[in-house]
Parts: sequence; structure tokens; C-alpha cells
Amino acid sequence: MTDTAISFRDVQKRYATTHALKGVSFDIRRGEYFGLLGPNGAGKSTLISITAGLAQATSGSVAVLGHDVVSDYRAARRALGVVPQELVYDPFFSVREMLRLQAGYQGCGKEVWPWIDELLERLELEDKGADSIRQLSGGMKRRVLIAQALVHKPEVVILDEPTAGVDVELRRTLWKFTRELNEAGHTIVLTTHYLEEAEELCDRIAILNHGELQVLEDKEALLDRHPYRFLSIELTGDGGELPAEVQRLVEDRRGDTLDLKLKQGEDFIGDVIEGVRGAGYRITDVHTREPSLENIFVELTMDSEDSKVSA
Amino acid sequence: MNWRGCYTLFIKEVRRFYSVILQTVGAPVVTALLYMAVFGQVLAGQTIEGVRAVEFLVPGLMMMSIIQNSFANTSSSITQSKIMGNLVFLLMTPLSAFEIYLAYIAASLVRAVLVAIVLYIVTQFFVHVPVHDPLLMLAMLIFSGGTLAVMGLIAGILANKFDHLAAFQNFFILPMSFLSGVFYSIHNLPSFWQHASYFNPFFYMIDGFRHGFFGVGDANPLVSLIVAAAFFTVVSVIAITMLARGYKIRG
Repeated sequence: MTDTAISFRDVQKRYATTHALKGVSFDIRRGEYFGLLGPNGAGKSTLISITAGLAQATSGSVAVLGHDVVSDYRAARRALGVVPQELVYDPFFSVREMLRLQAGYQGCGKEVWPWIDELLERLELEDKGADSIRQLSGGMKRRVLIAQALVHKPEVVILDEPTAGVDVELRRTLWKFTRELNEAGHTIVLTTHYLEEAEELCDRIAILNHGELQVLEDKEALLDRHPYRFLSIELTGDGGELPAEVQRLVEDRRGDTLDLKLKQGEDFIGDVIEGVRGAGYRITDVHTREPSLENIFVELTMDSEDSKVSA
Repeated sequence: MNWRGCYTLFIKEVRRFYSVILQTVGAPVVTALLYMAVFGQVLAGQTIEGVRAVEFLVPGLMMMSIIQNSFANTSSSITQSKIMGNLVFLLMTPLSAFEIYLAYIAASLVRAVLVAIVLYIVTQFFVHVPVHDPLLMLAMLIFSGGTLAVMGLIAGILANKFDHLAAFQNFFILPMSFLSGVFYSIHNLPSFWQHASYFNPFFYMIDGFRHGFFGVGDANPLVSLIVAAAFFTVVSVIAITMLARGYKIRG
């Protein structure tokens, strides 16, 4: 049995005017919680669409659990559940009917009906089974989409921005639910606009940018790659000019608060504090902060002024 | 073959039209009955090909309903799924192009047969239309309804909005079905149009179907059957190829 959940091999996708994917190759391991990040237009959704069979690669190949998504599409699609980004639904059917139909398309019969009821319960939709999907709130529709992707118990689950536009409480519910799925052995692939979400949940993270794989690393290693730490100092008193060696570290000055970015091994907190006090200020408070995934993400993807800071 | 998946899609499609049955079955029956009332009155006392004109109308109206409803069922379903975005639920499943094709066409035929049966039963309160050759009638129904269902599938795949479908329906399907001998025998037409009718596949659908009821018609029923079957095969190959290649549905 393969150890790879999804393997991308030199995947290229050209549209009439854009080159959406420029030869992307990487593997997602079985059982991991994987984060796929990148700015808008980076190619994440195209990559997911190719994996799900919603789009065709111009060249290259994608395999799910070793099954090629084109030549062995039945096995690949049985192994895969995809939660689409858009809130799409069929207005003709109730929630439970829709889930049963979806299971039927996958070749599953009544044997999965108890699992469907369990999904409804775990996603807090147990009293909505008979409702038409169009009557539900956005957050509930999102949960129905998640249930729909899971009706056939796929081993690999792709969630394309599942928490976009949902409230904090529901986001926490979904985090818990996907973690439980992961612990139960499902491989989870998450794309998200919320970097703290990827930081909180994912074992490994890939960052796509301009249709290319920019980074693929363990989350910890990725966070360690950012050799900075952030320092905020609250000041009082009428000090003068800060010494040049402190001034060059200043990122922002908001009233009495000084934000500085220190390079590990080169810039030292003690030196900064000494420099500030030497300039005649009193220090009333000091905060330090480790870099977040967002800092790393911005650094890696902000290679042009118009790049949008989003995942 | 994913039979269960195919059957599920078939059931889903049947339930889709059944949930709005007044619109999908009731309305076409009423429309056909209105045609019969008006034209039956106009043609009262006349005979066409030795058959009472008002009776002659019934199979033609049945086939016209079959043609229009088979087309409407697949085309509206696919277009709606594309516009609503829920076609992805189908495309992400392990259903093959043939299975998708089969389920859509079969469901469309169920609607067409339902309309035809209801129309036949209702008209029997006013006229008597015998069934001379039930096998021929059934074969013509399946090939003709099937052909239009497949054309609806193709149109649904090609259409980007309902306006495109309406144009195809109003400027092609409707005139072609009207001008194929629903209300007349082509022997009553001027020579040019009589010959032109032989190039219209819809003419064979209606004529062959009518032959199944009365045992008389303008064309040889075997020729009608072959034309309908050939047409069905050609459009089916096109539709299955489009589905397999993901033309306009898989980016």
C-alpha cells in the first residue's frame, strides 16, 4: 500500500491567457494534516479541481492513493472527498436526500445511511435533515457540503476554504471535527485564508505562488525558517534620537509604542533596551513575539507590490 | 459499471421532474389537448390517409410532446446544474460518461412516456385511436424521445444560460416538430415541401410513430425506424464523447 495520499507530478495547466500551474510536483503523505496556502490566483483551486476531476491538467499527472485521476478515475474518486469552496447545492432536495443521493453516485447503498445520520449529528445538523438546503444559513450549508464530501468515507479529504465566512464558534467546531477525522486516519488537505488556522491544524504546509510550489515544509521547520523575533517596547519620558543601531530595527512607532524586528543571533534584546534607555527614555513594558505563519507567508509571497496578502 | 450510481442519478432526475409534475407533465398534456380541440374543430369531418382527421392528430401530438419534453428534461436539468454550480457533485463521483448519459436519457424518456400515456388516455374520452403495431410504436417512441433527450443533453452542455436553450428550443425544436406532419400528411404539401420533408428526421419520428397506431403513413415504417435509430446513434456518440472529454463541463 502506498504511503502517499496524493502525488502531483509536473502538473501544468494553461488557460487561454494564463499559465495557472507551471509544473507542480510534490507528495501529500497518508494520514497527515496538510495545508495548501498561497495568494489568490496562485493555482490552489486549479490544483484541487484537477485532483477532483473537475478540470484537466494540460500535462503532468495526479494520483490519489496511487490511482491516476484520469486513467483510474473511479478508484481515485472513491478515495477522495472534496468540499468545494462555493456554497453550491441542489434546491430540489432535502439535506438527508441530497446526502443519500451523493452516496448513491459513489456506489454506496443503505449501508451508509447510519453513517449519514452520524455525520448530520456530528456536524450539528441532526434536526435539519428534512429541510431543503436553500432554507439553511450559510454556515449550515457549509456543513452540509462537508457531510456531502464524506458520505462515502473517503480516505483523503480536501477542504477548499471550509471556514470562509463562518463565525468563530462554527470555525472551532469544524477544526475539532477535521482533527477528529485526521485522528481517525483520514488524510486532510486544507486550503484556507486564515493563516492561524493552518498554523493551528497542519503538520506540513505547501505554499503555491504564481502557479509554482514555493515552499513545502513541516510547519515547525517553516516557522523556524523565519529568523526574526518581534519586540514591542512601551516608552515614557522625553528622550532624544534613538541610536542608529536601534533605529534600523524599528518597524513601526505608534505613540509610545515602538515595534522592532530583531534578527536572531545578530540583534539582542538587551542591546536594544540599553540603547533606548541611553537615549533618555523609560521603559514601562516589553513584549516579545515569535514569528507567525503569516509573517513567513508575507515574506515568501510579497514579491510584488500588488500581491494580495491572503492564503 | 457503477450501476448503483447510474440508478441513483436516474432516480434523482425522475424525482426532479416529478417534484414539478404539473409543469413537466400536466402543462404539455393541456397544451396538446388545446391543439386537438382547435384543430379537431377546424378539421372536423375530414379524413387524412383514410383516417379521421381528429384521430390522425393524436399520435402526432403525442410525438410532438415526446420530442419537446425529452429535450426539455435533459437540457434544463444540465443547464440548471451548471448555473447553480451543483454539477460538481456529479463530476466528482466515479460515474463514467456512459453512466451519466444513460441515467439522464432514461429519466427523460420516463417523462416523455408519461406525457404520451396521459395524453393518449385523456384523448380516448373523445376519439378512438387504435394501436396497430405496439412494437413499432414503442421503438419509435424510444428512439425519437431518446434522440431528443440526447440533443437536450448536448444543448445543456453547450448552453451558458437559459436564453441559449430557449433559442434552440424555439427556433429549432419547435418549428422542426411542427413542420414534420403533426397536423397533416406530407402528401397534402406542395411537391417541394413534400420532398424537403424527407430530409427532416423529425418527419420520420412522427410518421413511424403514427404508423404504429394506424398501420398507414407517408413513409415506409422500416425506413422511419432506421432513420430514427441512426439519428439516435449519431447524437449518442457525440454526447458520450463530449461527456468523456469533459467538454465545457470539466475546465
